[in-house]
Amino acid sequence: MRVLIPSPLRSYTKAREVEAEGATLTEMLADLDRRHPGLRFRIVDEQDRMRPHVRFFVNGAQVLDLATPLAPSDEIQIVQALSGG
Amino acid sequence: MAGLARKPARKTTPRRRAPRRPLLLVATRKGAWLYRGDPARRRWEADGPHFLGHVVSHLVLDPRDRRTLLMAAKTGHLGPTVFRSTDLGRSWKEAARPPAFPKAAEGDGGRAVDHTFWLTSGHASEPGTWYAGTSPHGLFRSDDGGVTWEPLPGLNDHPAYRVWMGGPQDGTPDGPKLHSIIVDPRDPAHLYLGMSSGGVHESLDAGRTWAPIIKGLEVVEDLDPANVTFHDPHCVRICPTQPDRLYQQNHCGIYRLDRPSDEWVRIGRTMPKRVGDVGFPMVVHPRDPDTAWVFPMDGTTVWPRTSPDGKPAAYVTRNAGKTWRRLDAGLPAGQAWWTVKRQAMAADASDPVGLYLGTTSGELWASRDEGERWTCIARHLPEVYAVETAEPER
Repeated sequence: MRVLIPSPLRSYTKAREVEAEGATLTEMLADLDRRHPGLRFRIVDEQDRMRPHVRFFVNGAQVLDLATPLAPSDEIQIVQALSGG
Repeated sequence: MAGLARKPARKTTPRRRAPRRPLLLVATRKGAWLYRGDPARRRWEADGPHFLGHVVSHLVLDPRDRRTLLMAAKTGHLGPTVFRSTDLGRSWKEAARPPAFPKAAEGDGGRAVDHTFWLTSGHASEPGTWYAGTSPHGLFRSDDGGVTWEPLPGLNDHPAYRVWMGGPQDGTPDGPKLHSIIVDPRDPAHLYLGMSSGGVHESLDAGRTWAPIIKGLEVVEDLDPANVTFHDPHCVRICPTQPDRLYQQNHCGIYRLDRPSDEWVRIGRTMPKRVGDVGFPMVVHPRDPDTAWVFPMDGTTVWPRTSPDGKPAAYVTRNAGKTWRRLDAGLPAGQAWWTVKRQAMAADASDPVGLYLGTTSGELWASRDEGERWTCIARHLPEVYAVETAEPER
């Protein structure tokens, strides 16, 4: 499936769009981390909680549960709210 | 801290050894900078930013190989990590397994590292060993040069320590900090650390077990000093040439501890009353255990934590805290409301000792004569979080 990567994470992927596989968001993130080591821990903590300001969208709809099932045709967007100062 | 060359190479030496060049490692809220000095410490050249936009809490050179840099970093939106450079900052690699708590049982909530706050290289006899302190309170160890990190459960998971570590309300506004991890230069298994808040602690078995050392320390009025949670060490330092002596800048005063005693002595009572003895950093002399420096801040009323009366000054004791002397030559004479954080003041090992400090207003100041005269060496940096000195391999 296609995964859209926000700019803060492109030091890992070197690309705005990458491919990853998985039957759930959790599995997709594990695959993404295999392909781009270190990426997952920057957006999901050691208790498997999404970090603050990180959001996942599947086909344009926000999902809050990492167990959300995915299909190979899904498009995943990782979004980071660039708040701050 | 590491030293600079004290003598130039002899002219008759066929292969003249170039004088060593000092290095300042500056961590800020928006990235890191390396300042490379000339041997006289008069001119400083900025190398950076490294990781612009990252919140860098600490940047440290491994004094054992003098090439490896470790950086504790996160961003406002990305989780915490550690970056490593084995070529003095020319290239960086991320730790394969940064400090992280174990996965908690289902429904237990579990702790997550918000940021790594403090890095300490291990004993000289243990190359590749590092310790990290985090927020919330956590102690981690690496045995492979900072590539992978493991939690130390003897502290992190000890039932009493879980209580003493307190909750978010017991820490600084930026979260509780485990800091001042100290390795006794005589014994790799002998460790100290501080928790803001949560007291000062000692381990004699490489971090497997710990015990508080809080006797003699004061706490905020009306609180019980017997309660470890209420103790707030800001910065603890060991004297390199007399490791039985420690100095501490605490939320409630300046202290000295001479082991084997376990009772801290408040040596800040002799500071001028209008200045007080509150501050963040504590700096020790590399050779003279009777000499130490502090940088006081206003701890009155609502705790502005700025230089008292807007007049920044370091204070030095040359007699282990019996008396203090103000050192402000070259510093602004007024209307300078500085805050110097606990990691943002450091000494080198030269003779005379060089002192360095960074302000939250983004200035870097240096003294080549143990604080007698200060010079601004950089302005317009982001908020400075930490300043370390180093003597890199050439």
